[in-house]
Amino acid sequence: MANSQRYTREIPHRFRLEAQKFEDGFVSLPNRYISPNGNKNSEKIKLSGKGKILSYTVIHTPSDEFKLIKPYAVAIIETIEGARLTAMITDTPLDKITIGADVELVFRKIKEEGASGIINYGYKAIVV
Amino acid sequence: MREVAIIGVGLTKFGELWDQSLRDMFAEAALRAMEDAKVYKIDSLYVGSMSGGLYAHQEHLGSLMADYIGQVGVPAARVESACSSGGQAARLAYYEVASGASDIVLVGGVEKMWDVDDGTFVLATAADQEYEAYNGVTFPGLYAMMAQVYMQRYGLTREELAAVSIKNHKHSVHNPYAQYPFEIDLKAVLKSALVADPLRLLDCSPITDGAAAIILAPLEIAKNFTDKPIKIKGIGAATGPIALHDHKDLTRLDAVKLSAERAYKAAGVGPNDIQFAEVHDCFSIAEIIVAEELGFFDYGTAGKAIAEGQATYGGKVVINPSGGLKAKGHPVGATGVAQLVEATLQLQGRAGKRQIEGAVLGMTQNMGGSGGSSVVHILEAI
Amino acid sequence: MVGIVGYGSYVPRHRIRISTIAEQWGDDAKVIENGLLLQEKTVPGRDEDTITIAVEAAKNALKRAEIDPQEIGAVYIGSESHPYAVKPSGTVLIDALGIGPHVHVADFEFACKAGSEAMFVAYSHVKSGNMKYAMGIGADTSQGAPGDALEYSASAGGSAFIFGTENVIAEVIETHSFTTDTADFWRREYQHYPRHGGRFTGEPAYFKHVLNSAKEILDKSGIKPSEFAHAVFHMPNGRFPLKAGKTLGFTDEQMKQGWVVNIMGNTYSGSSITGFSAILDVLKPGELALLVSFGSGAGSDAFIFRATERITEVQNKAPKIRELLDSNKMYLSYGQYAAYRKKILFNE
Repeated sequence: MANSQRYTREIPHRFRLEAQKFEDGFVSLPNRYISPNGNKNSEKIKLSGKGKILSYTVIHTPSDEFKLIKPYAVAIIETIEGARLTAMITDTPLDKITIGADVELVFRKIKEEGASGIINYGYKAIVV
Repeated sequence: MREVAIIGVGLTKFGELWDQSLRDMFAEAALRAMEDAKVYKIDSLYVGSMSGGLYAHQEHLGSLMADYIGQVGVPAARVESACSSGGQAARLAYYEVASGASDIVLVGGVEKMWDVDDGTFVLATAADQEYEAYNGVTFPGLYAMMAQVYMQRYGLTREELAAVSIKNHKHSVHNPYAQYPFEIDLKAVLKSALVADPLRLLDCSPITDGAAAIILAPLEIAKNFTDKPIKIKGIGAATGPIALHDHKDLTRLDAVKLSAERAYKAAGVGPNDIQFAEVHDCFSIAEIIVAEELGFFDYGTAGKAIAEGQATYGGKVVINPSGGLKAKGHPVGATGVAQLVEATLQLQGRAGKRQIEGAVLGMTQNMGGSGGSSVVHILEAI
Repeated sequence: MVGIVGYGSYVPRHRIRISTIAEQWGDDAKVIENGLLLQEKTVPGRDEDTITIAVEAAKNALKRAEIDPQEIGAVYIGSESHPYAVKPSGTVLIDALGIGPHVHVADFEFACKAGSEAMFVAYSHVKSGNMKYAMGIGADTSQGAPGDALEYSASAGGSAFIFGTENVIAEVIETHSFTTDTADFWRREYQHYPRHGGRFTGEPAYFKHVLNSAKEILDKSGIKPSEFAHAVFHMPNGRFPLKAGKTLGFTDEQMKQGWVVNIMGNTYSGSSITGFSAILDVLKPGELALLVSFGSGAGSDAFIFRATERITEVQNKAPKIRELLDSNKMYLSYGQYAAYRKKILFNE
């Protein structure tokens, strides 16, 4: 079952890191109508892709769609603009990943919807 | 609003129930509860279940279950809140009774998790699909990331983390409904396979089939059904952000703290009054953080306290006398209701070899996702 | 003046040594290494494909061009490993980079010269006055069949070039294309690996087209080989380009900078143009460079460029290809390589 709608809708965020900065300080990567604390005023910003690892783990039991690439690391990252996001870490030896490490977000293939489905792209992190 | 009591409980064995379908398990638990309460007709039905759709391709559980427990015609609805579906269902049922709208309300929780191959995928639907699961994080991965920061900040050791599962398995030995009613030791935990660093298989609650049910009635008529009605003294519920990355502090579960504060306020009691608590130990680190947010231990100290015996019989508060999610099993939607079943049995003096002496005030805490929701019930023997 | 205003390249971090592949198939590593003049090649990560490689290369080109992406009027990606058979690579790239939507996009295919022809068309748009800027990209993650000679060289990588008339760093002096129908190397629809005519891919294919397009452009322009600071020819292996260059009168010294194949492999549509990117990294104002591509089927595109004063201002604004080739390398075993390149039957 193809996911054309979700794929297209999320392009500004997944491909270009277009985000929102609300007046109350909350920075959101996925677009929202209102911040979690009820603020409606925001400006559009574009994340630079630079950030720091707040926490990470190495996944040993993935869901089926990622099972061939285990073990792989995922991390919670705070960007320099103050946005929080979760990303897979790629092209980085596992022992180079630490809490506090600087990362850069790169444009990568996230998954394929099977052999005949849409190829999903998005952001992943590399420890710099 | 009227006061509400639990007048009957029932549950199935928890485990790999190959012979029982989603509706079979629910009916077994519900009919047992009805027998326990000696009711033959209910006024309303709530079904707590996270994912009938993805596990069994079955939605519309309100209608299905009313039909299969012989109560066709009653108003019924499914309540979903990921792993706190059961607790939330109980909370909504409470208000239906408290408001006077209904008298006898059955709350059942159920999950059929073994009918599907890629359980990891389904469980990840409790997280943020677009911005967490899409990027490859799994449910254990989320709690592992909490553990990483907690261990770095507070010096929690791998051995202290294991103490949670070891304690819960000790408790489950006397629970005839438990999925894994046997003890485990530190060696077993450390040898078990890595799931998401640092969490190993024995740090994680299992995949379980099962169902649990309770019957609620107004306290004023409860004695017509049982001579040991258990009063729901206070309930509190709260939400947290859906994505773990939006938690300001990755070692805290704000929703748990908020739901506990609301429950304590409604019940007029505090943490030191609570003698036992069934809490949501989906992962060992979860029990540690939850115990702190419930006010039992100071931040950063619960790990050590639990390892030193403060959360078992003879300690400050008995946490998870049933064996918790780890040893009793975690059929997602059923868990919140199963916690209420255990609390009721303890307060009624019907907990057999795992009975807590002189139990009069207990608590249940049921959580969804990585702290996206939390429901706390405080129960009292009267 | 029309020419390049920005350029950039990208190669993945993974590598496999020629000796590792030789060991797998029972070949003599030394013989292969000396025969093809190859040491190691790049391997795309599991989360990389022609599109992600093109995006990274184009990002680097934009860094050097320092223009508003919205001013680019056309984007062409040439590859023989476009991720989709139908749905352009170019559309993903423009949305990833904030180019368009008022832009013309098309994907190109012509074996290994799809990159240079994307460049030729982009250049022509700007030269004709059609648009202010246009970008041509060549990127590939092509496959060599297991146990086949091409497995030693087929690699991954790409380069992007933005053409314009303002702030040019390398002016286009002359272009020429030479094309005939030659069945030296092909892949039919639905086939996983290409096939080729063995030694026929040499004289009648590669050399015929490369030498003809090069001779023609040198004649047309009246410039002698000795006047060039650098020259790069398509690199299917280490030997062919050096032989072609020598035949035309170029020295090893002139071909050295662009000769990246020994540590990169053959990045197909990214091959000669990535060698050219290495040349741009060191080209001095006023110097001349020759770029000659080759694509089986067969054809060759040739370009002569002259660097402007501005080139030294932009060279350091993005990673240089030889730096990328020499850093952060992660070597794979053959088993890992086979899994990455999906040469194993997986359970779908």
